[in-house]
Amino acid sequence: MRDIDAKTITQTVSRLFQEANFTLSDDVLSALKQALQDEESPAGRKVITSILENASIASKDRIPLCQDCGTAVVFLELGQDIHIVGGDLHTAVNDGVRQAYEESYFRKSIVQRPFSARTNTGDNTPAIIHTEIVPGEKLKMIVMPKGGGAENMSRLAMLTPAQGRQEIIEFVVNSVDVAGSNPCPPLIIGVGIGGTAEKTMLLAKQALLRRVGEPNPDAETSALEKDLLKKVNNLGIGPMGYGGRITALAVHVKTFPAHIAGLPVAVNMQCHCARHHEAIL
Amino acid sequence: MKIKLPLTEETVRELRAGDEVTLYGVLYVARDAAHKRMADALDQGKPLPFNITGQTIYYMAPSPARPGQVVGAAGPTTSSRMDRYTSRLLSEGLKGMIGKGSRSQDVKKAIIKYGAIYLGVVGGTGALISKNIVSAEVVAYEDLGPEAILRLEVADFTATVINDIYGGDFYEQGQRAYRKAR
Repeated sequence: MRDIDAKTITQTVSRLFQEANFTLSDDVLSALKQALQDEESPAGRKVITSILENASIASKDRIPLCQDCGTAVVFLELGQDIHIVGGDLHTAVNDGVRQAYEESYFRKSIVQRPFSARTNTGDNTPAIIHTEIVPGEKLKMIVMPKGGGAENMSRLAMLTPAQGRQEIIEFVVNSVDVAGSNPCPPLIIGVGIGGTAEKTMLLAKQALLRRVGEPNPDAETSALEKDLLKKVNNLGIGPMGYGGRITALAVHVKTFPAHIAGLPVAVNMQCHCARHHEAIL
Repeated sequence: MKIKLPLTEETVRELRAGDEVTLYGVLYVARDAAHKRMADALDQGKPLPFNITGQTIYYMAPSPARPGQVVGAAGPTTSSRMDRYTSRLLSEGLKGMIGKGSRSQDVKKAIIKYGAIYLGVVGGTGALISKNIVSAEVVAYEDLGPEAILRLEVADFTATVINDIYGGDFYEQGQRAYRKAR
């Protein structure tokens, strides 16, 4: 049994959200630099140049990369031999979000009473917290400020087993086509396949956490990702929808066993401002 | 092409989808909640909180300014969420819109009918765009927090013409040029 102080969790969450909103990670930056090389469209290249310039200004001047500092999504992998002291886990996480968004002048984008008053909660809480209990005595925390424009383009399809691989491809490619310039391409496209309706949506979001350029360990899934990326980039949407070859930097697929009756598929889109940072306590 | 805001009819006539422009002058900032309030005001026969005739609206909600800063990050939001309010505002005299993403057929028709222009800026580059904002002040709906209506003065603010009064659509043009068979 290992004790972790709730205050340490709060401080870590706060630090991670600050890093994520000011700094694009090196994998995303490399993918964007590669995209600048590969993009044929002059308008598309201009867009990517602006994106890279923005990243450099944001980290240098401590201005958020994007005014949409996101819904605060937090993934926790909590070792079962950890005992949290001095407070409760979810309060500690929300305190960290509040601290980061207030201290660093991030935009607070969360409203309560979503279908009526839509009053801003004023501190960007509550966070969306996904907690998994795992063996061991470590706590892994991944924070993801998730922008609303790309999140709005998410889709879920409850396909049938007979529809299979081909219709998964059609669904994903069609989702990207319909979204067009809305989710701020070049995108990272998260795809969940299998599980149940809510499980596959979560898989699609978790798929976004993989580093861009890191191969999928499963050969069959990796081949599907390559097919999807090619077809998505054949759409010609291009950076910011101005036309071009690079509509997506990557497609990441995560799978889970499914019921004999079903083949759920989910798409969760990540704009080029792909922000997620992690720490292990 | 350099453009002075507010727009004139002559300037709008000159612009074509795909043109890159740099904007100088005054524009207003409003997004979802402010649009709903403006529509409610019009429904109730009340005036809009600013004189919209000839003005440009930027669909945006900035991050807060640090002490000494004019504004925080200030990039565009998805314009299509404002589509349901747009024709009405155009009929009230709105001349320009700035945002990201395609507009509905109704909005595209209204752009032609009322002689307006829709400009796109690069989403997710809010830090970069903030450098072209000279001043920012709240003019209405302060209680909406980040969604309040702002009056901005901009200089050397780069945008691309998406929809013009001739029916041109830069997203469609650009994508057609690079689209391959599935």
